[in-house]
Amino acid sequence: MSFASFGEFLAMGNHGAYVWSAYAISVAVLAINVALPLMARRRYLQEEARRLRREAQQ
Amino acid sequence: MNWTWFHKLGSPKWFYQISGSWLPWLAIAAGVLLTVGLVWGLAFAPADYQQGNSFRIIYIHVPAAFLAQSIYVMLAVAGVVGMVWKMKIADVAVQQAAPIGAWMTVIALVTGAIWGKPTWGTYWVWDARLTSMLILLFLYFGVIALAQAISNRDSAAKACAVLAIVGVINIPIIKYSVEWWNTLHQPASFSVIERPTMPVEMWLPLLIMVLGFYCFFGAVLLLRMRLEVLKREARSSWVRDEVTKTLNAEVVR
Repeated sequence: MSFASFGEFLAMGNHGAYVWSAYAISVAVLAINVALPLMARRRYLQEEARRLRREAQQ
Repeated sequence: MNWTWFHKLGSPKWFYQISGSWLPWLAIAAGVLLTVGLVWGLAFAPADYQQGNSFRIIYIHVPAAFLAQSIYVMLAVAGVVGMVWKMKIADVAVQQAAPIGAWMTVIALVTGAIWGKPTWGTYWVWDARLTSMLILLFLYFGVIALAQAISNRDSAAKACAVLAIVGVINIPIIKYSVEWWNTLHQPASFSVIERPTMPVEMWLPLLIMVLGFYCFFGAVLLLRMRLEVLKREARSSWVRDEVTKTLNAEVVR
Protein backbone atom coordinates (compact mmCIF):
# COMPACT_ATOMS: atom_id res chain seq x y z
CA MET A 1 0.00 0.00 0.00
CA SER A 2 1.48 3.34 -0.97
CA PHE A 3 -0.95 5.34 1.20
CA ALA A 4 -0.94 5.62 5.02
CA SER A 5 -4.70 6.14 5.40
CA PHE A 6 -7.93 6.01 3.43
CA GLY A 7 -8.14 9.80 3.58
CA GLU A 8 -4.74 10.07 1.90
CA PHE A 9 -5.86 7.55 -0.71
CA LEU A 10 -8.87 9.72 -1.57
CA ALA A 11 -6.78 12.92 -1.60
CA MET A 12 -4.16 11.42 -3.99
CA GLY A 13 -1.67 14.06 -2.81
CA ASN A 14 -3.82 17.05 -3.91
CA HIS A 15 -4.44 15.40 -7.29
CA GLY A 16 -7.60 13.61 -6.13
CA ALA A 17 -9.95 15.59 -8.39
CA TYR A 18 -7.89 14.74 -11.49
CA VAL A 19 -7.24 11.07 -10.71
CA TRP A 20 -10.78 10.26 -9.60
CA SER A 21 -12.54 12.14 -12.39
CA ALA A 22 -10.33 10.41 -14.99
CA TYR A 23 -11.08 6.99 -13.48
CA ALA A 24 -14.80 7.72 -13.04
CA ILE A 25 -15.21 8.82 -16.68
CA SER A 26 -13.27 5.78 -17.94
CA VAL A 27 -15.24 3.29 -15.85
CA ALA A 28 -18.48 4.93 -17.02
CA VAL A 29 -17.42 4.62 -20.68
CA LEU A 30 -16.45 0.95 -20.20
CA ALA A 31 -19.83 0.31 -18.52
CA ILE A 32 -21.67 1.97 -21.45
CA ASN A 33 -19.74 -0.27 -23.86
CA VAL A 34 -20.97 -3.37 -22.04
CA ALA A 35 -24.51 -2.16 -21.34
CA LEU A 36 -25.42 -1.01 -24.88
CA PRO A 37 -24.85 -4.36 -26.67
CA LEU A 38 -26.47 -6.28 -23.80
CA MET A 39 -29.57 -4.08 -24.00
CA ALA A 40 -29.63 -4.34 -27.79
CA ARG A 41 -29.43 -8.14 -27.55
CA ARG A 42 -32.29 -8.20 -25.04
CA ARG A 43 -34.41 -5.95 -27.25
CA TYR A 44 -33.74 -8.19 -30.26
CA LEU A 45 -34.71 -11.34 -28.35
CA GLN A 46 -37.90 -9.67 -27.08
CA GLU A 47 -38.86 -8.75 -30.65
CA GLU A 48 -38.15 -12.29 -31.83
CA ALA A 49 -40.22 -13.75 -28.98
CA ARG A 50 -43.15 -11.50 -29.93
CA ARG A 51 -42.81 -12.44 -33.60
CA LEU A 52 -42.76 -16.16 -32.80
CA ARG A 53 -45.85 -15.82 -30.61
CA ARG A 54 -47.65 -13.93 -33.38
CA GLU A 55 -46.73 -16.58 -35.93
CA ALA A 56 -47.89 -19.35 -33.59
CA GLN A 57 -51.33 -17.73 -33.26
CA GLN A 58 -51.92 -17.53 -36.98
CA MET B 1 -0.39 -24.82 -44.76
CA ASN B 2 -3.95 -25.74 -44.03
CA TRP B 3 -6.33 -22.87 -44.81
CA THR B 4 -9.67 -24.48 -43.97
CA TRP B 5 -9.94 -22.48 -40.71
CA PHE B 6 -9.63 -19.28 -42.73
CA HIS B 7 -12.48 -20.18 -45.06
CA LYS B 8 -14.59 -21.44 -42.18
CA LEU B 9 -14.11 -18.07 -40.50
CA GLY B 10 -16.02 -16.53 -43.38
CA SER B 11 -19.08 -18.57 -42.46
CA PRO B 12 -21.34 -16.66 -40.03
CA LYS B 13 -22.66 -19.90 -38.54
CA TRP B 14 -19.20 -21.19 -37.70
CA PHE B 15 -18.24 -17.81 -36.28
CA TYR B 16 -21.35 -17.72 -34.10
CA GLN B 17 -20.63 -21.14 -32.65
CA ILE B 18 -16.91 -20.67 -31.99
CA SER B 19 -17.33 -17.15 -30.58
CA GLY B 20 -19.96 -18.43 -28.15
CA SER B 21 -17.34 -20.60 -26.48
CA TRP B 22 -14.71 -17.82 -26.39
CA LEU B 23 -16.92 -15.05 -25.05
CA PRO B 24 -17.28 -16.17 -21.39
CA TRP B 25 -13.52 -16.73 -21.04
CA LEU B 26 -12.68 -13.34 -22.52
CA ALA B 27 -15.24 -11.68 -20.25
CA ILE B 28 -13.84 -13.41 -17.14
CA ALA B 29 -10.24 -12.58 -18.12
CA ALA B 30 -11.19 -8.93 -18.73
CA GLY B 31 -12.99 -8.67 -15.38
CA VAL B 32 -10.13 -10.23 -13.40
CA LEU B 33 -7.32 -8.32 -15.17
CA LEU B 34 -9.08 -4.95 -15.00
CA THR B 35 -9.94 -5.38 -11.30
CA VAL B 36 -6.41 -6.45 -10.36
CA GLY B 37 -4.80 -3.74 -12.49
CA LEU B 38 -7.12 -1.01 -11.20
CA VAL B 39 -6.58 -1.81 -7.49
CA TRP B 40 -2.84 -2.30 -7.99
CA GLY B 41 -2.39 0.87 -10.02
CA LEU B 42 -4.56 3.07 -7.79
CA ALA B 43 -3.52 1.88 -4.35
CA PHE B 44 -0.29 -0.14 -4.43
CA ALA B 45 1.94 1.21 -7.19
CA PRO B 46 4.42 3.82 -5.87
CA ALA B 47 3.82 7.50 -6.65
CA ASP B 48 5.97 9.11 -9.34
CA TYR B 49 8.81 11.21 -7.90
CA GLN B 50 7.97 14.19 -10.15
CA GLN B 51 4.25 13.91 -10.86
CA GLY B 52 3.14 12.48 -7.54
CA ASN B 53 -0.16 10.62 -7.67
CA SER B 54 -1.52 12.22 -10.84
CA PHE B 55 0.66 9.76 -12.76
CA ARG B 56 -1.82 7.01 -11.79
CA ILE B 57 -3.94 8.18 -14.73
CA ILE B 58 -1.37 6.30 -16.85
CA TYR B 59 -3.11 3.02 -15.94
CA ILE B 60 -6.15 3.94 -18.02
CA HIS B 61 -4.70 6.49 -20.44
CA VAL B 62 -2.00 4.27 -21.98
CA PRO B 63 -4.11 1.06 -22.31
CA ALA B 64 -6.97 3.05 -23.89
CA ALA B 65 -4.58 4.79 -26.31
CA PHE B 66 -2.92 1.46 -27.26
CA LEU B 67 -6.31 -0.12 -27.85
CA ALA B 68 -7.67 2.85 -29.80
CA GLN B 69 -4.78 2.50 -32.29
CA SER B 70 -4.84 -1.32 -32.38
CA ILE B 71 -8.55 -1.34 -33.15
CA TYR B 72 -7.98 0.97 -36.12
CA VAL B 73 -5.26 -1.34 -37.47
CA MET B 74 -7.69 -4.23 -36.99
CA LEU B 75 -10.31 -2.24 -38.92
CA ALA B 76 -7.88 -1.85 -41.83
CA VAL B 77 -6.90 -5.56 -41.78
CA ALA B 78 -10.56 -6.59 -41.69
CA GLY B 79 -11.20 -4.09 -44.50
CA VAL B 80 -8.54 -5.74 -46.69
CA VAL B 81 -9.88 -9.22 -45.88
CA GLY B 82 -13.41 -8.08 -46.72
CA MET B 83 -12.37 -6.52 -50.04
CA VAL B 84 -10.06 -9.34 -51.18
CA TRP B 85 -11.91 -12.46 -50.03
CA LYS B 86 -15.46 -11.00 -49.90
CA MET B 87 -15.81 -12.32 -46.38
CA LYS B 88 -19.11 -11.24 -44.82
CA ILE B 89 -17.81 -11.54 -41.28
CA ALA B 90 -15.00 -9.03 -41.99
CA ASP B 91 -17.53 -6.29 -42.68
CA VAL B 92 -19.41 -7.17 -39.49
CA ALA B 93 -16.10 -6.84 -37.63
CA VAL B 94 -15.31 -3.42 -39.17
CA GLN B 95 -18.70 -1.94 -38.35
CA GLN B 96 -18.92 -3.38 -34.83
CA ALA B 97 -15.34 -2.54 -33.82
CA ALA B 98 -15.51 1.10 -34.97
CA PRO B 99 -17.76 2.38 -32.12
CA ILE B 100 -15.60 0.61 -29.52
CA GLY B 101 -12.50 2.20 -31.07
CA ALA B 102 -14.16 5.63 -30.97
CA TRP B 103 -15.01 5.19 -27.26
CA MET B 104 -11.42 4.14 -26.50
CA THR B 105 -10.10 7.22 -28.32
CA VAL B 106 -12.48 9.33 -26.21
CA ILE B 107 -11.09 7.74 -23.01
CA ALA B 108 -7.50 8.39 -24.17
CA LEU B 109 -8.24 12.03 -25.08
CA VAL B 110 -10.28 12.84 -21.96
CA THR B 111 -7.93 11.17 -19.46
CA GLY B 112 -5.01 12.78 -21.31
CA ALA B 113 -6.61 16.21 -20.96
CA ILE B 114 -7.29 15.66 -17.25
CA TRP B 115 -3.71 14.44 -16.78
CA GLY B 116 -2.37 17.41 -18.74
CA LYS B 117 -3.82 20.00 -16.34
CA PRO B 118 -1.68 19.18 -13.27
CA THR B 119 1.34 18.05 -15.35
CA TRP B 120 1.57 20.58 -18.22
CA GLY B 121 -0.69 23.28 -16.77
CA THR B 122 -3.21 23.00 -19.61
CA TYR B 123 -6.00 20.66 -20.67
CA TRP B 124 -5.28 20.88 -24.38
CA VAL B 125 -2.53 21.98 -26.77
CA TRP B 126 -2.62 21.66 -30.54
CA ASP B 127 0.53 19.59 -30.73
CA ALA B 128 1.25 16.65 -33.00
CA ARG B 129 0.33 13.75 -30.70
CA LEU B 130 -2.91 15.26 -29.45
CA THR B 131 -4.01 16.47 -32.87
CA SER B 132 -3.29 13.13 -34.56
CA MET B 133 -5.30 11.34 -31.85
CA LEU B 134 -8.19 13.75 -32.49
CA ILE B 135 -7.95 12.89 -36.20
CA LEU B 136 -8.17 9.21 -35.23
CA LEU B 137 -11.45 9.98 -33.44
CA PHE B 138 -12.80 11.70 -36.58
CA LEU B 139 -11.72 8.71 -38.71
CA TYR B 140 -13.76 6.44 -36.43
CA PHE B 141 -16.72 8.84 -36.73
CA GLY B 142 -16.28 8.67 -40.49
CA VAL B 143 -16.46 4.87 -40.58
CA ILE B 144 -19.54 4.88 -38.30
CA ALA B 145 -21.26 7.59 -40.36
CA LEU B 146 -20.54 5.83 -43.69
CA ALA B 147 -21.98 2.57 -42.38
CA GLN B 148 -25.16 4.32 -41.32
CA ALA B 149 -25.53 6.61 -44.32
CA ILE B 150 -25.31 3.96 -47.08
CA SER B 151 -28.30 1.65 -47.08
CA ASN B 152 -26.92 -0.87 -49.58
CA ARG B 153 -24.95 -3.31 -47.46
CA ASP B 154 -22.25 -4.13 -50.03
CA SER B 155 -21.61 -0.48 -50.91
CA ALA B 156 -21.46 0.45 -47.22
CA ALA B 157 -18.99 -2.38 -46.57
CA LYS B 158 -16.78 -1.25 -49.44
CA ALA B 159 -16.85 2.42 -48.39
CA CYS B 160 -16.03 1.59 -44.75
CA ALA B 161 -13.21 -0.74 -45.82
CA VAL B 162 -11.66 1.93 -48.08
CA LEU B 163 -11.81 4.58 -45.33
CA ALA B 164 -10.35 2.13 -42.81
CA ILE B 165 -7.47 1.24 -45.15
CA VAL B 166 -6.69 4.82 -46.20
CA GLY B 167 -6.99 6.11 -42.64
CA VAL B 168 -4.46 3.65 -41.26
CA ILE B 169 -1.74 6.06 -42.48
CA ASN B 170 -2.60 8.08 -39.36
CA ILE B 171 -1.39 5.28 -37.04
CA PRO B 172 2.38 5.64 -37.75
CA ILE B 173 1.86 9.42 -37.62
CA ILE B 174 0.46 9.05 -34.08
CA LYS B 175 3.27 6.71 -33.10
CA TYR B 176 6.16 8.83 -34.39
CA SER B 177 4.54 12.22 -33.70
CA VAL B 178 6.50 12.50 -30.45
CA GLU B 179 9.78 11.96 -32.33
CA TRP B 180 9.14 13.91 -35.57
CA TRP B 181 7.82 17.09 -34.00
CA ASN B 182 8.47 19.04 -30.83
CA THR B 183 5.64 18.13 -28.55
CA LEU B 184 4.68 18.38 -24.91
CA HIS B 185 3.76 14.70 -24.92
CA GLN B 186 6.44 12.44 -23.54
CA PRO B 187 7.88 9.69 -25.79
CA ALA B 188 6.71 6.11 -25.39
CA SER B 189 7.35 4.57 -21.97
CA PHE B 190 7.20 1.11 -23.48
CA SER B 191 8.91 -0.65 -26.33
CA VAL B 192 8.93 -4.25 -27.46
CA ILE B 193 12.71 -4.48 -27.77
CA GLU B 194 13.96 -2.52 -24.76
CA ARG B 195 13.55 -3.00 -21.06
CA PRO B 196 11.06 -0.56 -19.52
CA THR B 197 12.62 2.49 -17.88
CA MET B 198 10.03 2.35 -15.09
CA PRO B 199 10.50 0.19 -12.01
CA VAL B 200 8.72 -3.17 -12.14
CA GLU B 201 6.10 -2.26 -9.51
CA MET B 202 5.00 0.57 -11.81
CA TRP B 203 4.94 -1.19 -15.19
CA LEU B 204 3.58 -4.56 -14.13
CA PRO B 205 0.12 -3.15 -13.21
CA LEU B 206 0.25 -1.18 -16.49
CA LEU B 207 0.90 -4.39 -18.43
CA ILE B 208 -2.03 -6.05 -16.62
CA MET B 209 -4.29 -3.12 -17.51
CA VAL B 210 -3.23 -3.26 -21.17
CA LEU B 211 -4.03 -6.99 -21.32
CA GLY B 212 -7.31 -6.34 -19.49
CA PHE B 213 -8.32 -3.67 -22.03
CA TYR B 214 -7.55 -6.03 -24.93
CA CYS B 215 -9.65 -8.83 -23.35
CA PHE B 216 -12.42 -6.29 -22.69
CA PHE B 217 -12.36 -5.27 -26.36
CA GLY B 218 -12.45 -8.93 -27.43
CA ALA B 219 -15.46 -9.67 -25.26
CA VAL B 220 -17.45 -6.56 -26.25
CA LEU B 221 -16.60 -7.02 -29.93
CA LEU B 222 -17.81 -10.65 -29.92
CA LEU B 223 -20.98 -9.59 -28.08
CA ARG B 224 -21.72 -6.95 -30.73
CA MET B 225 -20.73 -9.12 -33.70
CA ARG B 226 -22.84 -12.07 -32.55
CA LEU B 227 -25.95 -9.91 -32.35
CA GLU B 228 -25.23 -8.37 -35.77
CA VAL B 229 -24.74 -11.85 -37.31
CA LEU B 230 -28.12 -12.96 -35.89
CA LYS B 231 -29.80 -9.88 -37.38
CA ARG B 232 -28.13 -10.18 -40.80
CA GLU B 233 -28.74 -13.91 -41.15
CA ALA B 234 -32.24 -13.76 -39.64
CA ARG B 235 -33.74 -15.70 -42.58
CA SER B 236 -31.47 -18.74 -42.33
CA SER B 237 -32.65 -21.78 -40.43
CA TRP B 238 -29.68 -22.01 -38.07
CA VAL B 239 -30.42 -18.50 -36.74
CA ARG B 240 -34.05 -19.45 -36.11
CA ASP B 241 -32.89 -22.53 -34.20
CA GLU B 242 -30.36 -20.47 -32.29
CA VAL B 243 -32.90 -17.78 -31.34
CA THR B 244 -35.45 -20.39 -30.24
CA LYS B 245 -32.78 -22.11 -28.16
CA THR B 246 -31.75 -18.82 -26.53
CA LEU B 247 -35.37 -17.85 -25.88
CA ASN B 248 -35.99 -21.19 -24.17
CA ALA B 249 -32.84 -20.84 -22.07
CA GLU B 250 -33.44 -17.22 -21.02
CA VAL B 251 -37.02 -16.29 -20.27
CA VAL B 252 -37.50 -13.05 -22.24
CA ARG B 253 -40.80 -11.25 -21.82
